[in-house]
Amino acid sequence: MLQNNYDVVIVGAGPGGSATAKRLAERGLKVALLEKRQEIGVPKRCGEGLSLRSAKAIWNNEIPRKCIAQDINGAIVYAPNGNSITISGDTNGYVLERKIFDKWLAMEASRAGVYVQAKTEVTDIIKENDYVVGVKANFEGQEYEIRAKVVVAADGVESKIARKVGMNTTNQLINIDSGFQYEMSNINLTDKNKLELFFGEEIAPRGYIWIFPKGDHVANVGIGVSMCDKTAKYYLDKWIENNPRFFKDASIVEVNSGGIPVGGLLENMVMNGFAVVGDAAHQVNPIHGGGIKEASVAGKILGDVIADAIAKDDVSKEALSPYNKLWWDERGNKLMKVQKLREVFDKISDKDMNMISESITGQDLLDLSSGNKMTSLVKILMKNPKLLGLAKHLM
Amino acid sequence: MSWSIKKDQCLRCGACVAVCPQGALTLTEHGVKVDSDKCVSCGICQKMCPVGAIEVNK
Repeated sequence: MLQNNYDVVIVGAGPGGSATAKRLAERGLKVALLEKRQEIGVPKRCGEGLSLRSAKAIWNNEIPRKCIAQDINGAIVYAPNGNSITISGDTNGYVLERKIFDKWLAMEASRAGVYVQAKTEVTDIIKENDYVVGVKANFEGQEYEIRAKVVVAADGVESKIARKVGMNTTNQLINIDSGFQYEMSNINLTDKNKLELFFGEEIAPRGYIWIFPKGDHVANVGIGVSMCDKTAKYYLDKWIENNPRFFKDASIVEVNSGGIPVGGLLENMVMNGFAVVGDAAHQVNPIHGGGIKEASVAGKILGDVIADAIAKDDVSKEALSPYNKLWWDERGNKLMKVQKLREVFDKISDKDMNMISESITGQDLLDLSSGNKMTSLVKILMKNPKLLGLAKHLM
Repeated sequence: MSWSIKKDQCLRCGACVAVCPQGALTLTEHGVKVDSDKCVSCGICQKMCPVGAIEVNK
């Protein structure tokens, strides 16, 4: 049962919360991981894609098959004029079943010694002498006060807890995409092993539409858009209607929506007795909007920093600030570069994108989206005098 | 200055909460709650909402 005293209380059992919790338990600390929803991983706010590289780096490639809806061996990327570029190879990623994956992550934390409890909503934080010293949580209509040396907010994009603590995590409209998605069945997929991505100002202003397969005729069909007049749902519905080749006989089996942070990384993610991780800290890849890997990497780093701080009996902002430095060294600086690239893409017109699609290869795209080899894009852009202006933004 | 949140359309995803500069929105089990003392009717939540469930009249 839930006790009233822990070393660390973590709010939110997504990938960031579970990763932090597991690391802390491995370091011998007493940890509670609280999830407000009655089911961990539900509802998903995610396209569910995960690269094999991340799966290997973070989970040693030991993600159980039950968490994987589909193996992916490439992608088909469509320019606005319909011109497509195919990236293919061996298995290089997965489309997950988040409701199983997230629960597995929480169970892994639990096996490491974390106390996990669903349907337990943290309603407030307890602060004393400018230190966060615990939370107030609601379980079955009863309010509990739970004391902790450190509280971790892993409560998703709305980042309620950080705000209560006094950290400004409000994201600017320009740095957040509006996301909408249907899980659909009975679709005519081009290739169930390939992700399909569709670009164009008309179909998805400042974003893209995705089809992420989850089996023979099932897929997440979603959109992320920003700074536009109509809603994400409007654009997706219109596109689905205009693409009977995929969706003529398709059904909707799930509806998802959410805000996708694509920028606004936080320089400071800690306060006295407090830290923030995952979507709540905007730790998302700004070019594709993927956050599972970022939250998991950050959670591991944060777990170690908190364990070190508690061992020294000092959980002040200064003692927790190595999390800022370590995370920025490992991920932040790279994500900033990717954000810059995203800002360049925002400026590319449909006409330019059509042109680029004729001179770029699948491998180029793969390198770019991971934040590597930025120079290769510059080279491609420079080949075409009309695109030189864009190349300048990258240099 | 008023707003309306269409409960039938709201998916309770919290996207509006993430961008509210005033911290006027909270996600509850039953929907999005607006703190009328904090809301300044800036309309950012309406621009953010993926499904068009929020209408702010300035």
